[in-house]
Amino acid sequence: MSHPDPSGAPVVDPAASAPLESLFASMALIRAFETRVAELYRDGEIPGFVHTSLGQEAVAAGVGLALRPDDYLATTHRGHGHCLAKGVDVDGMMAELFAKATGLCRGKGGSMHVADPRLGVLGANAIVGASMPLAVGAGLSSKLRRQDRVAVAFFGEGAVNQGMFHEAMNLAAIWDAPVVFVCENNVYAEFTDSRTMSRVPRVADRAAAYGIAASTVDGNDVEAVHAAAQEAVERCRVARGPFLLEAETYRSHGHYEGDAQPYKPAEESDAWGALDPLSIAEGRLLERGAGSAQRLAAVRSRARERVEAAVERARAAPPPAPEEAYEHVFHG
Amino acid sequence: MSSTAERAPRYIDAINQALAEAMAEDDTVVVIGIDVGAGEGIFRVTRGLFERFGPERVIDTPISEMGYVGAAVGAAMTGLRPIVEIMFMDFLGVCLDPIMNQAAKLPYMTAGALSVPIVFRTQTGAGRSAGAQHSQSLEAMLAHVPGLKVVMPATVTDAHDLLLAAVRDPDPVVYVENRRLYATRARLDRDPLPLGVARVAAVGEDVTVVTWGQSLRECLTAAEGGSPSLEVVDLRSLVPLDMETVLASVRKTGRLLVVHEAVQDFGAGAEIAARVADELFDDLRAPVRRLGAPAVPMPFSPDLERALLPSAVAIAAVAEKLTRES
Ligand SMILES: Cc1ncc(C[n+]2csc(CCOP(=O)(O)OP(=O)(O)O)c2C)c(N)n1
Ligand SMILES: [Mg+2]
Repeated sequence: MSHPDPSGAPVVDPAASAPLESLFASMALIRAFETRVAELYRDGEIPGFVHTSLGQEAVAAGVGLALRPDDYLATTHRGHGHCLAKGVDVDGMMAELFAKATGLCRGKGGSMHVADPRLGVLGANAIVGASMPLAVGAGLSSKLRRQDRVAVAFFGEGAVNQGMFHEAMNLAAIWDAPVVFVCENNVYAEFTDSRTMSRVPRVADRAAAYGIAASTVDGNDVEAVHAAAQEAVERCRVARGPFLLEAETYRSHGHYEGDAQPYKPAEESDAWGALDPLSIAEGRLLERGAGSAQRLAAVRSRARERVEAAVERARAAPPPAPEEAYEHVFHG
Repeated sequence: MSSTAERAPRYIDAINQALAEAMAEDDTVVVIGIDVGAGEGIFRVTRGLFERFGPERVIDTPISEMGYVGAAVGAAMTGLRPIVEIMFMDFLGVCLDPIMNQAAKLPYMTAGALSVPIVFRTQTGAGRSAGAQHSQSLEAMLAHVPGLKVVMPATVTDAHDLLLAAVRDPDPVVYVENRRLYATRARLDRDPLPLGVARVAAVGEDVTVVTWGQSLRECLTAAEGGSPSLEVVDLRSLVPLDMETVLASVRKTGRLLVVHEAVQDFGAGAEIAARVADELFDDLRAPVRRLGAPAVPMPFSPDLERALLPSAVAIAAVAEKLTRES
């Protein structure tokens, strides 16, 4: 078995990148979706728990736009943005959060379990760390079936202290599985400052222990995330082995909606607030003359309209029929 | 033993043969586990497979059950049909998440959009001084989780047929061998019974004895006495549970004894007893009885261990008492 080249020359032609306008539009959709979901949850229209990715949109968009529709994605309890950036239908997602029969999972999954295998989305997952071994299996599958599909596992920095991280990284390495491990380092795991839970400040440093290539990127700079993700994904596609990409970002809302966040210092939230990923992208587009303030505002308002249409459809949709509770336990 | 009987395959050969057949008929079937490849398995269940199918289909793993069982579930969601080995059933303790929370749940939570056609192959078997961490029969724990099928072959024929059925099944199936049966021999029957159907292993009149796995041998030995006359039902699978066969037998005998090697308290015997009491209260001529291991970790000492496992003598004694109670 040939071994992957852990460093090596870049494999991506920078000209092939998605333009900043597309990345911005993807972030605007996620921002609109999450903002509206937070309100709907507060108003009692969405049951269960909701974990939004507000403030982290650049990670989802940057990685999502580096993927093909047939690439695999396994994600976490905070996965709305990842699914949207992969192209999952807004109506189907919103209806799922509303627990309606028109939801992607017919109301049996909910916010923490949105999935769409037609787009390779193997699901959000409510077990911290579980996305990683599943993605390794998807990567193994792709490799053994002689496909060139890449599997991405999203997880938080809290999940890297879970045994599954260690086992999944090692397996991906020894199997040369085409897996991009994307650690969304948003500083907190629930109410815990993750810097107090490991003596290794950089998650990416852990990759060396497994012989996996890694990098850390500014997770609020969507272009930087996208470039790094494209490089990682294309390396996998040409069988150079797995990659660990750490994106440094910040969770601007609570762990779940309704979390008052007494544990976050105000100066810290303010400092990160100034680094809003959408504002950064807007500033850059204006600077480059790639769009007027008006046009960018229109992108944001179109996203809000799209989300509002999904909300209306979800509200109008019927709940699943009671007998559906008994369906799909088994296929055969 | 006659020379014909000697040539009959062993239980372990039947498993090996089924693995080879499953891999030959479908090239998405892969075997994954610790030392299953070049090493051919610690009990040599996978012998010959690595040589025949190569390292991409018979995949050796590090000692990393949570990782490789999880990866096998991910592979099952994306086009492969893995048969993943958990070397001893006790090791479920380090890899329950991918079985209980992923494989069992994802098809349901996605309203059938995802399927997880996987076989978790494992083995149990107290009675060999393996100690408390290598002797547990944990089938009730698995059967308690909706979304998992649980099969426990008690015969050479079923070791083969149930494994093939499990691989062909679209759902996650836990397939539990008993290592004390590995060396038993029998010819493979012609027509395999489907997964989910129980088998009347001995016809009798006085007491229905329901069992599975290696306890079947003890029950059949107990039945040989002839008095009372025992009807022995081999469940073959706990999920699906073929209650029709059980109920039909109890309707005839009016008495039920459930026997299993697993600990009796909160065991699968309680479920069967409750269902029979629900359905056939008026037909019962005696209280429903269970016989399993007492609720203690399995000791190392052969003498202590023997005292804890349901024996043919104990089964016959309970059955005899049942006939006197009515
Ligand atoms: C195995 C497991 N342990 C604990 C939890 C409870 N829990 C849910 S999210 C979370 C924090 C995760 O933090 P991180 O991985 O950093 O992701 P983030 O929430 O920041 O996106 C915890 C502890 C869980 N869902 N699963
Ligand atoms: Mg976090």
